[in-house]
Amino acid sequence: MDRLLFGDNQFFGVNHMSEEKARAQAMRFQDIKAIIGVLDNAYDEGVRSFMCTTHDRIAQVCEHMRANPERYKDFQFMPCMPYAHKYANAVTEDGMLGALRRFMPDEGFLNAAMRGGMSLARKDIEGITTLLIDAEMKMFAGLNTPVIFLQNVVVDLLLGLGFKEAFRIFADHVKKRYNAEPGFITMNLPRLLDVLEEQGIENPIVCSNINKIGFRMSGGFEAYERALRERKFRAIAMSVFASGAIAPKEAIEWVCKQPNIESIVFGASSRGNIRSTRELVDQHWPVAENA
Amino acid sequence: MIRLAVVGLGKMGLSHHSMINAHPRVTVAAVCDAAGYVLDVLNKYTGINTYTDFDAMLAEVELDAVIIATPSSMHGKMVRAALEKNLHVFCEKPFVLDTAEGEELTRLAQQKGLVNQVGYHCRFVGAFQEVKRLMDANALGEVTHMLAETYGPVVLKPKGSTWRTQRSEGGGCLYDYAAHPLNLLTWYFGAPRGVGGSVLNKIYSADTDDEVFSTLYFEGGKSAQLSVNWSDESYRKMSTKITIWGKNGRIYADRQEVQVYLRDAEGAPPGYQTGWNVRYTTELTEPVDFYLRGEEYSSQLDYFVRCIEAGSGSDNVNSFAASVETDRTISMLIADAEKGPSVLASDALPVAQKRKKGFFFGGR
Repeated sequence: MDRLLFGDNQFFGVNHMSEEKARAQAMRFQDIKAIIGVLDNAYDEGVRSFMCTTHDRIAQVCEHMRANPERYKDFQFMPCMPYAHKYANAVTEDGMLGALRRFMPDEGFLNAAMRGGMSLARKDIEGITTLLIDAEMKMFAGLNTPVIFLQNVVVDLLLGLGFKEAFRIFADHVKKRYNAEPGFITMNLPRLLDVLEEQGIENPIVCSNINKIGFRMSGGFEAYERALRERKFRAIAMSVFASGAIAPKEAIEWVCKQPNIESIVFGASSRGNIRSTRELVDQHWPVAENA
Repeated sequence: MIRLAVVGLGKMGLSHHSMINAHPRVTVAAVCDAAGYVLDVLNKYTGINTYTDFDAMLAEVELDAVIIATPSSMHGKMVRAALEKNLHVFCEKPFVLDTAEGEELTRLAQQKGLVNQVGYHCRFVGAFQEVKRLMDANALGEVTHMLAETYGPVVLKPKGSTWRTQRSEGGGCLYDYAAHPLNLLTWYFGAPRGVGGSVLNKIYSADTDDEVFSTLYFEGGKSAQLSVNWSDESYRKMSTKITIWGKNGRIYADRQEVQVYLRDAEGAPPGYQTGWNVRYTTELTEPVDFYLRGEEYSSQLDYFVRCIEAGSGSDNVNSFAASVETDRTISMLIADAEKGPSVLASDALPVAQKRKKGFFFGGR
């Protein structure tokens, strides 16, 4: 994985610090061209991996990338699924089965319906889960998706419920069908690592908050430090700036000193901010150490 | 270990189940829901003991506490049965639709010394707790007015029918959304002495309200305005905000931040200065052991567990007694809204008193 991954919160009005700022961003990125403009900035600054929610609007970004293969030949999508709101709304509007039908992949309605219908009847989550993954992956057809993530809302819900097998089903399907690495986003890193190990998912890619002030590092700061030191997994640090509570230089300097972090995911809305983050990382995280 | 059961596995129940199941000092001994399908899937993959019959579960499973997350119309009966079995009860909001029944259940819980809590999670949001701290310190001096708002995108087209779209079941914007800002108002100001100008309006729903507005009157001449709309797509998710005006300044708070303007910081908690002060969620939020969907959801359940462990029934945050205040306010709004406008355009208006003209312009 690249050391720097680009996130998408800023594009969809997600800001953990201020609702005013979130709204201003939502307005600015109303036009898909504005999103693509910032992605171009990131790409030209050498930040070529995009960790993105499977939001409807990302489909438009995908179309743009497919239409310009030369320009974006090194661009990588790292889809994060599911976009939960989409399902919540669809289930309210069309009911469970109607919603499933709406998200069927293109492989042939009959096949998908069989997989979905049979699984529903047998209460077999494997069929339903793989079907939903395929539906979410539809928009990325023909694009490069080396890592596919399960979103924290789902990961942590399953984790709390003790629905452990779901992680293995997700991992297996993503590997087999998409030849991609499974990734897991969580707010409860130490606890998740135990369960992934138990499920035989080796050296998993796990993305979690890792920041100097311990913001949303549930299970405790020390447990995270220990996990980074002692556990075998590929860590991606998110919320490194703790929504702006830590100054950029201080935040990057600290995170670059932590052991075993493979990547940092960050969001930015301007080329200047993208560049300064990249420069800070170059400065505090020399390439040799990371090789 | 506290042995607990979760009843009702809808949106709230399932996430309560996940969060409380992750609690190191709690064992979820059973879950109960009317829909067998969800239960069977959960049982198959997590091995949890499941029931479709609430009374059978109470009779068969050894329990210390229950979380009740069924539609509000079912709360009364279930809460009573649980209390009678001497179980501590965490119940989802709104508590009960009938205030008299709520008062009875409050008495029963108090009599038995059982922990009784309702899921008004706003009281566990760091920013709203900071507002409470400022109010208790009298940082704004004499308060004159408050504005409590909640907006979000729940019902966006005339379709779909679940219990949430029926007011008789405890659904609708008033019960589901407005209950939260009302609960904050009663936390900060106490119970209102009256309400007026209430509007419960439909936008898309056939059987319930989608927007709620009202004026609340409190002791000492204070007033509050309530503005709530759950059909507002410009909000990404439910968003509650509070503004309070006092003689010494103004407080604005939402889930992310608290903005405080103080004309004079003397008397305000340490760290506050004259003029603008901003506190962010990152500094106001206490970390939780397990995070699912916002710290407040985890911490209200952890608080419930701690109250049980401490044997401190009845004087807890969001007790039944406190929640009945919110329920009563909701009933007042319904009664008021039915009356419609208090003054009509066709009504005879009192004649404005003419002022006596003074010599030149002097008379006022």
